[in-house]
Amino acid sequence: MLVNRHRITWWERIYLPAVARGLWITFRHMFRRKVTMQYPEQRWSLPAYFRGFPGLVRDPKGRVKCVACFLCEWVCPPKAIHIEAGELPAGNNVEKFPEIFDINLLRCINCGYCEEVCPEQAIFMTRQFEFVAPARGELIFGKEKLLEMGGVRPDPILKWENK
Amino acid sequence: MNRGELIQAGKLEASEGEEARRSFFTSRLEALVNWGRKNSLWPMPLGTACCAIELMATVGPRYDMARFGAEALRFSPRQCDVMIVAGTITKKMAPVARRVYEQMPNPKWVIAMGACASSGGMFRSYPTVQGVDEIIPVDLYVPGCPPRPEALLLAIMELQKRIAREPVVAAARGSSTAF
Repeated sequence: MLVNRHRITWWERIYLPAVARGLWITFRHMFRRKVTMQYPEQRWSLPAYFRGFPGLVRDPKGRVKCVACFLCEWVCPPKAIHIEAGELPAGNNVEKFPEIFDINLLRCINCGYCEEVCPEQAIFMTRQFEFVAPARGELIFGKEKLLEMGGVRPDPILKWENK
Repeated sequence: MNRGELIQAGKLEASEGEEARRSFFTSRLEALVNWGRKNSLWPMPLGTACCAIELMATVGPRYDMARFGAEALRFSPRQCDVMIVAGTITKKMAPVARRVYEQMPNPKWVIAMGACASSGGMFRSYPTVQGVDEIIPVDLYVPGCPPRPEALLLAIMELQKRIAREPVVAAARGSSTAF
């Protein structure tokens, strides 16, 4: 089957009507509803399922919930998490805590596996997603910064109280 | 005593006197040139992966990069100021990316957008360049996989702030344009 070439008519050949029609569309858009979000002032309302970058959380008494079990480091697809564990003195319910807990935000792909795998519910996907830095090192967040991002989350899993 | 001796003798801070050394005229000229530069950034979209989709969304009507004067995406590097590396750079793509960068006229800036461009992301493997800064100098890194348009707009705004305080006259004398 052959498709014949469309023969342009005289009206189409003078080209100006098409320009006028295009400009008419542009003109009409001036009176449409404005869709542009004025970004730094207006912000997107995040849906409940939004995953930003992960943050560590504290329990309501201000104690770090992470027990340095290395599950998130193990599951992390881009290996963005680096943990070094420290030992707590005997007598506590808890034996280990993270001495170093670094997340390289430049590696992080916001997949949420760390949140999913965490048995202590100590790591959560926060709703922060806007970061810019002039050097790579500035986006490797340490424990303090991550705890600040995560904040406090009250929930039933409390390793310090019941083993 | 000249300026260098004064600094060595501890009578003058290294940063002090920098303003006075530039005359009034050149400093005003600098402000004008930087104002022009920062408000007419023409991005070179080196979109090699999914981050390019977010880049398109950023240029689109909802987020509208034109509000920052950066809507003129040019696909010829010779017309561009800022290269937005959006996507995975493989070893095979690396020479091309480098060449595109070298074809851009000075002054030029680079934004590494997303995990792959800034660090290799989840592709910790032999065919992937582990961060585009291994082949070209990067000015700003934007994390995210992909970063939302807001994050890229934040990078554009940050870049504008940095361009505003870049020394133009010193750069013309032959020192580096890097900040």
